[in-house]
Amino acid sequence: MRKGLVGTMLLGLLLPLLLLVGGSSASAATLCLPKPDETGCISGTVGSRSDPVAGVDVILRDAEGTDVETVTTEDDGKFSFTVTEAGDYFVVLDEETLPDGLEQQPPRAAIAGPDGSVKVTANLGAAVSPIVEVRDEDYDAGGESFVDQIAQSVVNGLRLGLLLALASLGLSLIYGTTGLSNFSHAELVTLGGMVAYGLVNVAGMNLWLGIVATTAVCAGVGYLQDRLLWQPLRRRGLGITQLMIVTIGLALAAQYAYQYFVGASLQKVVVRDFGTTSLGPVTLTNLSFLAMGVAIIAIGLVGFVLVKTRVGQATRAVSDNPALAAASGIDVDKIIRLVWTAAAGLAGLAGVLYALVISNGIRWDTGMQILLLLFAAVTLGGLGTAFGAFVGSIIIGLVVELAGPLGAPGDLKYAVALAILIVLLLVRPQGILGRAERVG
Amino acid sequence: MDTILDILAAVIREAISPGTAAVAIAVIGLNLHFGYTGLLNFGQSGFMLLGAYGFAISLVHDIPLPIAVLIGLGLAFVFALVLGIPTLQLRGDYLAIVTISAAEIIRFVGRLSTLKELTGGAQGIQGRTYQPAFVNLSFFGDGAWTLAPFNYTDVADGAGWVRALGGLVFALCVVATVLVGRRLKRAADPTRTAPRTGLDGTLGKVLAAVLVLVGLYALFFAMPVTYGRSGVNGWWVRAVAWTLVALSTLVVYLLVRSPWGRLLRGVREDEDAMRSLGRNVFAVKMQSLVIGGLFGALGGMVYVLASTVQPDALGRQITFFSYTALLLGGAATILGPVLGTVLFFSARILIRESARAWVPDSIMNAQQTEQFSFVVVGVALVLLVIFRPQGILGNKRELRFNV
Repeated sequence: MRKGLVGTMLLGLLLPLLLLVGGSSASAATLCLPKPDETGCISGTVGSRSDPVAGVDVILRDAEGTDVETVTTEDDGKFSFTVTEAGDYFVVLDEETLPDGLEQQPPRAAIAGPDGSVKVTANLGAAVSPIVEVRDEDYDAGGESFVDQIAQSVVNGLRLGLLLALASLGLSLIYGTTGLSNFSHAELVTLGGMVAYGLVNVAGMNLWLGIVATTAVCAGVGYLQDRLLWQPLRRRGLGITQLMIVTIGLALAAQYAYQYFVGASLQKVVVRDFGTTSLGPVTLTNLSFLAMGVAIIAIGLVGFVLVKTRVGQATRAVSDNPALAAASGIDVDKIIRLVWTAAAGLAGLAGVLYALVISNGIRWDTGMQILLLLFAAVTLGGLGTAFGAFVGSIIIGLVVELAGPLGAPGDLKYAVALAILIVLLLVRPQGILGRAERVG
Repeated sequence: MDTILDILAAVIREAISPGTAAVAIAVIGLNLHFGYTGLLNFGQSGFMLLGAYGFAISLVHDIPLPIAVLIGLGLAFVFALVLGIPTLQLRGDYLAIVTISAAEIIRFVGRLSTLKELTGGAQGIQGRTYQPAFVNLSFFGDGAWTLAPFNYTDVADGAGWVRALGGLVFALCVVATVLVGRRLKRAADPTRTAPRTGLDGTLGKVLAAVLVLVGLYALFFAMPVTYGRSGVNGWWVRAVAWTLVALSTLVVYLLVRSPWGRLLRGVREDEDAMRSLGRNVFAVKMQSLVIGGLFGALGGMVYVLASTVQPDALGRQITFFSYTALLLGGAATILGPVLGTVLFFSARILIRESARAWVPDSIMNAQQTEQFSFVVVGVALVLLVIFRPQGILGNKRELRFNV
């Protein structure tokens, strides 16, 4: 029996990945490795890591201001120069090659060079990365545009919140019905993006069909996971702590399996550009509107099932009290299986949409980056309550996107989510919609 | 044959590397959290990273070494308080969620380009900017040194059979230690009423210790390892690192034997019972979180002694490795963390190097063997938890761990 269990578990783990084998392609980025006393590197990224700008010519000038070298950024926005002499250099973007509507952001006074370039000091045997940022041309640091900026951030926040809600609904339902905090939930999100990358980009499937197929594949993975792993473990009577460590192991295995099969770089799900639409001060890609629509429909559907159908009622009953639910004739195992299937499907859908409209591609750690936000959202709303997860996600989405314009630099916006989480645990540990009961 | 010897040499180098010792120290701290107190700390890497940053940044700014160490420990202390105060009165998974998130935040903050002058951003802090303060303390002298100094090359001109003999003695010692260990465990089992065998108590322990020492010597006799005496990556770093491992093990041994150690176990087994006995459960958990976190910070400092402070190197995967190592060796045991860590890192290198040597490049290229070894680690963690939660040394009855 033991051997059988191990075998089936491995199978369940690897099966989804086999689907991806076809899609492995490692795009070799122009890498620069500094050699001591011989060469130095000047490398960096145009745009942000989550929103890189490809195909821009980056010009390197020496201290006298003459052009030394020009390179074009790759899909991941990366550029890299190898220099053989230490000293000051200037990096500037070629305005002509920047996408319409973007311009290079003037650097801080401390690192500003002539003509809006960025000054870097290269040393032999070391790598430096100048900060080359781009911004919208109509960006204006003046008072009035601040309101516009906030409006844009609010819409971006709603977009992020809706996608987070898709993933966190499942996380919350799993917690509600089984008591398990699934630390590998983020890997299901990544799986969604990966499968979509394989189907749409590599195999050339129609995008809409691809989204549906990805959701189905991920739901299947959820079904198999419960069938082959979680149900046998429940039968064995493993404690919740042990199960949580199992999810940690799964997460680790999955992350490296993604790297194994797909490589460590960002992969785009679609290469096509769908254009943008402006509504007053707010500009969004058309894909974003569609993603938000899909998310709202999916969330509405889950809400309807939970509230109006017998299955939903049974799910809520299991959440409330599994023993009582079982005693009143509900097949608890079946409900939990259903929850796993739906949760994985939703997470997969969230993964595709996230890769399409927010992270601009999928990478092995895309899901892991939002795991913190998912947990913050679920805890904020109240662990185990589906509607709490929705409310929490929207709040977290808004907070994260508003943190930027309100002054939090870079990835620190995620830290704001953690700060909220900690403060919340101090004052209202059961979450916004959770019932006040002892949670300790 | 040469391939096998190369692989074994790589495994042994990894097993005694400062990085392994550093993670062992962090795992010792995690054992205090998870093994003895039942706290689910999924952010041990955050403690390590804070310790490393505090230590390295202080040294870069010419603060004396002892104070730099204290600063690193102080940061971990504050971190433990910040994480513990909101969560330790709640159910265990809140601590898990908050620690895993907080460790990631520390990494994000370390990577911030706005803090580049302090933390070096994503590139991290170069080793040579802070290591001299430590390396210059070395009194080991210069030149290279080989462990063991008297090895197979000194007998019969290094003939193959001498080496094989050393290996055989090592293997025999391992087998004998396992047998003695099993007997000792059985003899210590209070529920067993069967007549005790002649091998119990002190005699058995001494025998086991002798076997371990002889085995280690045989190993290094057959597979000698050479490094510089001092320098950035020499015996000096290794000696300090493993001495700290030994000291940490000793401290934890003394702690868990004390009345305070029984409090920890009590909290793990039944919080409500401890409360009804008038104990302050929150305070006990907090003390455990702080002390284990300090070990984590110490581990982080040792980790960067022979490498660089790179935020991504001390990311969540180190926490996951720590759990795997802890569960492999045996949670809630004294020697489990060290044994588990050494075996864990050795096994990973063994898998990776074997895959490199024998799996053709067309199936698995060099990078993929690395990733493959990590996938095996993840699966191993899952299987360990399910089939042998007590690990190698643990006692199953002591580990019905539940939050």
